[in-house]
Amino acid sequence: MSSLALTLSDTLVLARRNLMRIPRQPDLLIAYTIQPVMFVLLFVYVFGGAIDSGPFDYVDFLMPGIIVQSIAFGGFVTALGLSEDVQKGLIDRFRSLPMSRAAVLTGRTFSDVVLNCLSLVVLFAVGFAAGFGFIDATAGEIVLGIVLLLLLGYAFSWIFALVGLFSSTPETANSIGFTLIFPLTFASSVFVPASTMPDGLRQFAEANPFTTVSDAMRSLWLGTPAHTDVWMSFVWCFVLIAVFAPLAVARYRRVAAK
Amino acid sequence: MTDDAIVVEGLEKSYGSVRALRGVDFAARTGSVLGLLGPNGAGKTTAVRILATLLEADGGSARVAGLDVKRDAAALRAKIGLAGQYAAVDENLTGTENLEMVGQLYHMSRADARARAQDLLERFELTDASKRPAKTYSGGMRRRLDLAAALVFRPPVLFLDEPTTGLDPRSRLALWETIEGRVAAGTTVLLTTQYLDEADRLADRIVVIDHGGVIAEGTSDELKAQIGGERLDVVLEDAGEAERAVSALAEMCIEGPSVEGRTVSAPVHTHTGMIAEAVRRLDAAGVGIDDISLHRPTLDDVFIALTGHAAAVEPSGELPVVEEVSA
Repeated sequence: MSSLALTLSDTLVLARRNLMRIPRQPDLLIAYTIQPVMFVLLFVYVFGGAIDSGPFDYVDFLMPGIIVQSIAFGGFVTALGLSEDVQKGLIDRFRSLPMSRAAVLTGRTFSDVVLNCLSLVVLFAVGFAAGFGFIDATAGEIVLGIVLLLLLGYAFSWIFALVGLFSSTPETANSIGFTLIFPLTFASSVFVPASTMPDGLRQFAEANPFTTVSDAMRSLWLGTPAHTDVWMSFVWCFVLIAVFAPLAVARYRRVAAK
Repeated sequence: MTDDAIVVEGLEKSYGSVRALRGVDFAARTGSVLGLLGPNGAGKTTAVRILATLLEADGGSARVAGLDVKRDAAALRAKIGLAGQYAAVDENLTGTENLEMVGQLYHMSRADARARAQDLLERFELTDASKRPAKTYSGGMRRRLDLAAALVFRPPVLFLDEPTTGLDPRSRLALWETIEGRVAAGTTVLLTTQYLDEADRLADRIVVIDHGGVIAEGTSDELKAQIGGERLDVVLEDAGEAERAVSALAEMCIEGPSVEGRTVSAPVHTHTGMIAEAVRRLDAAGVGIDDISLHRPTLDDVFIALTGHAAAVEPSGELPVVEEVSA
């Protein structure tokens, strides 16, 4: 087999392993299914009535944003899993095998894509049940939105891979994720329009890639003006991958060579 | 020498200012067991990690199965198996799934990986537990699964890093028998341990390392011979007869017997009939004895003689434990 074919085969073996683990970790399964459902229900029914979402029903405004947030955090399982593999010595086992060196990371990020597809199904189901509907969206725009979401999830998987490799335990990975990255999703147009925020925060939110992607999703699914958001979102995703994938690979080499 | 499956020359490795290995040499003949013996932090794990291509040495060279650990690392990985003190198995996968995954990562076909997994699970008496996640396994079962994972591809060279640390005596014995079975089948084994009885039982040759350097090397018997042969212990009925016993035994001892309470001890040259001779001499001198025994030195004695401290005890001011995974 060529080295590319080997990398692909190893990636699939490890992705399959990552996915087999999920149903046996009830806490993770909850994170992927019940948690997004809770978020949707809380925001729609608890905060929704008090939030001014302009011309839209709040559920319509919220769903593109909350899906962006959920999918971005889909890669979190990679941070947990990698730090656990390092802690438990499985990384040593993998590195002593005649397998592709990249596969531990590519296997992780690939299985995240599969999990994100599962999350999307759950989110769409609860969204439609809560009254969400596409507005002025062609089939092409809906699909392009899904592609953008999965690409965003993939980019964040590499960020979380780096987080996981910098964490000595899954608990550390957990606190890095929720103190550094989680607040970013709130200081954006994910849950409320950035225009309602005070000066300073508003400028920050407008520069926040979460705002760019959320606005891009709304232009694709709700027919709001796109400006530059859609293609800028793709640029953001590729930039994040281009920066964080090499960083994660470099960190993996160092961690594994201890 | 081509007969050596493992050849290590002048191996050096530092972690910052800590010199984990300071120029280590050793070799293991193909089909033999080399025991790497030393206390925590001696450099054993560092040596194994370098040989298993997990870590690059700062200096020196090492060849395993005829391949350079640095230049030919990728090819070498198909010829080695690694099992360690961590029992690196995926806790959320079953025994079968763990072994099948490893087989597929060795690029065996799915069917081959499955057949090999079943075979190994049976051999390691894990068939009953094969469909349970490994997190439900006992410590001994995990070690067996870890060792099975190292054997999936029938590697000619096996690295076992403290394979029985933390195991109960029964599991240890079972693991020893398995290792002996692999060696009988022609596998070369590098075994690190801080248990002297383990090295004594399994290793054809023993390299003793401490503070990153080799301080002794040889067979178990050679190492014991280095600190003198056997010792005769005689327990007297009456401590007052010690002086008479010492003069009666003096002729057959290498150096003058020492007396402690009712016990007279002395190093002796081993020969058949020695105990009978000692009994005759004491009897002729009219000395009554409660007990008489020949004491063969253990590797513990060797270790204390060589290093000034016992093997399993970490002396104060010791290097940090290099087994640590993360920074």
